[in-house]
Amino acid sequence: MEYLNIIFQETYKILFLLVPVLVSVAMIVWLDRRVWAFVQKRQGPNVVGPFGLLQSLADALKYIFKEIIIPASSNKVIFILAPIITMTLALTAWAVIPFSESSVLANINVGILYIFAVSSLGVYGIIMGGWASNSKYPFLGAIRSAAQMVSYEVSIGIIIINVLLCVGSLNLNDIVIAQKNMWFVIPLFPMFVIFFISALAETNRPPFDLPEAEAELVAGYQTEYSGMMYAMFWLGEYANILLMCALGSILFLGGWLSPVNFFPFNMIPGAIWLIFKILLLFILFALVKAIVPRYRYDQLMRLGWKIFLPLSLTYVVLTASYLFYFNLLPTI
Amino acid sequence: MIAHAIFFYIFSIIAVISAIMVTVSKNTVHSVFFLILDFISISCLFIMIGAEFLGMIMLIVYVGAVAVLFLFVVMMLNVAQQKNQWFISKESSGHIPVGLIISVIIFFELIIVIGGWKYKPELFNPTNLSITKVESNTHSLGLILYTDYIHVFQISGMILLIAMIGAIVLTFRQREGVKKQSYLKQISRERTEGVEVLEVAPNKGVKIDD
Repeated sequence: MEYLNIIFQETYKILFLLVPVLVSVAMIVWLDRRVWAFVQKRQGPNVVGPFGLLQSLADALKYIFKEIIIPASSNKVIFILAPIITMTLALTAWAVIPFSESSVLANINVGILYIFAVSSLGVYGIIMGGWASNSKYPFLGAIRSAAQMVSYEVSIGIIIINVLLCVGSLNLNDIVIAQKNMWFVIPLFPMFVIFFISALAETNRPPFDLPEAEAELVAGYQTEYSGMMYAMFWLGEYANILLMCALGSILFLGGWLSPVNFFPFNMIPGAIWLIFKILLLFILFALVKAIVPRYRYDQLMRLGWKIFLPLSLTYVVLTASYLFYFNLLPTI
Repeated sequence: MIAHAIFFYIFSIIAVISAIMVTVSKNTVHSVFFLILDFISISCLFIMIGAEFLGMIMLIVYVGAVAVLFLFVVMMLNVAQQKNQWFISKESSGHIPVGLIISVIIFFELIIVIGGWKYKPELFNPTNLSITKVESNTHSLGLILYTDYIHVFQISGMILLIAMIGAIVLTFRQREGVKKQSYLKQISRERTEGVEVLEVAPNKGVKIDD
């Protein structure tokens, strides 16, 4: 009976987190297409519902009623498992994101490592999908994305080390509270820029969308997918993008803290500030998609290994030396 | 505690079964997937005994990086099509004794460790590890690694670095006839280098590229 009670409570909490995340994923797809259209002086989706807000719902309905085609030569179990893994992993990572000091589903000690681990598992959905399709384009896309995501994880990891040096804890709430006086975006600005670009590569967003480059690989690892399974890849991808935006705003933009600490602003609940920051970062993501042309693959690898890795390593040394010299290292 | 035990058995059964499946399954890509499942369930076990840092590092390093490279290599080489031929052929006879020797050594090492743990508990002194409930285990790991065991830690780091450099040196080869882009050259190019203005005589034209 006691266990049942706990299970009911947790399920309630999880639903309270997951439903808004899923709805906002649908809305964010609409926002992405709108921003993209406005940059190119088009209208974008504006027919279904007010301002086209219900476009994503209409799309989802269409995907649900489409037939799921499983290629005869594919490895069926892994083929079906791949989109499920992508979407599950993208949603599980949200468990540790703090929306205010108290409202967090799981306030664990190693929150930042958890997010890092789950986002590094995300590559499996893509590799499995690409391999199980048993076809050339998906396979090439999967191989590309494996190398790309592993490379950019390295620089994201080292950027996280920079932040952790200033905080002294792996808990996400502690990271936010440590930015009470100054957001880390000011002292660690170069790291913020590199984090943003690495997040683009990590989530396979343009200009680094080589795993699904339509000019070369049709649709990369998604080529053989159809119907709801395609939509799940798509949802997982956008949930990952939102997660990266949330991680960026927690690490550098002060998470749920308000930008200024006086009357009308500090009365607004933290969740709204966090959502505001996530949206800001997401609009930057969408703008980059509209503005920048796609990278070539060797340029992508060069950027990750020869530029971002040395830069962020140097910055770790600089941050550590600065903190040590001025005796600012955090104590336990 | 019952829930704890149930979860422990679920994770360990998955770990053992997937470890067996790694060696049994015919398709090499499937074995790598089972290996990943094994890693994940072992990191769950780590988290269950309260070593959340180790569990997460296990996920990040083994599942997030090492296993991806395994998969990468297995998929690129397409080992699946060889269908374990060297099990049947006569050339394989050299492999089996070596494998047997290694597995016997590992078996005896395990017996020594577990036997010592069971019958001589004073050999393992966990009290000097200074883990308290106040600090998180990330802090206590850091305190131990960077004070008492700093030399061992640094030496293992050096060994890894040397192994990495060795791997790069072994696989590095300068290929002939590869066209490469020089970014500095491209950026620092002047107009005068790229464009040449020629006087073209009427009815004669100019000859370029001779």
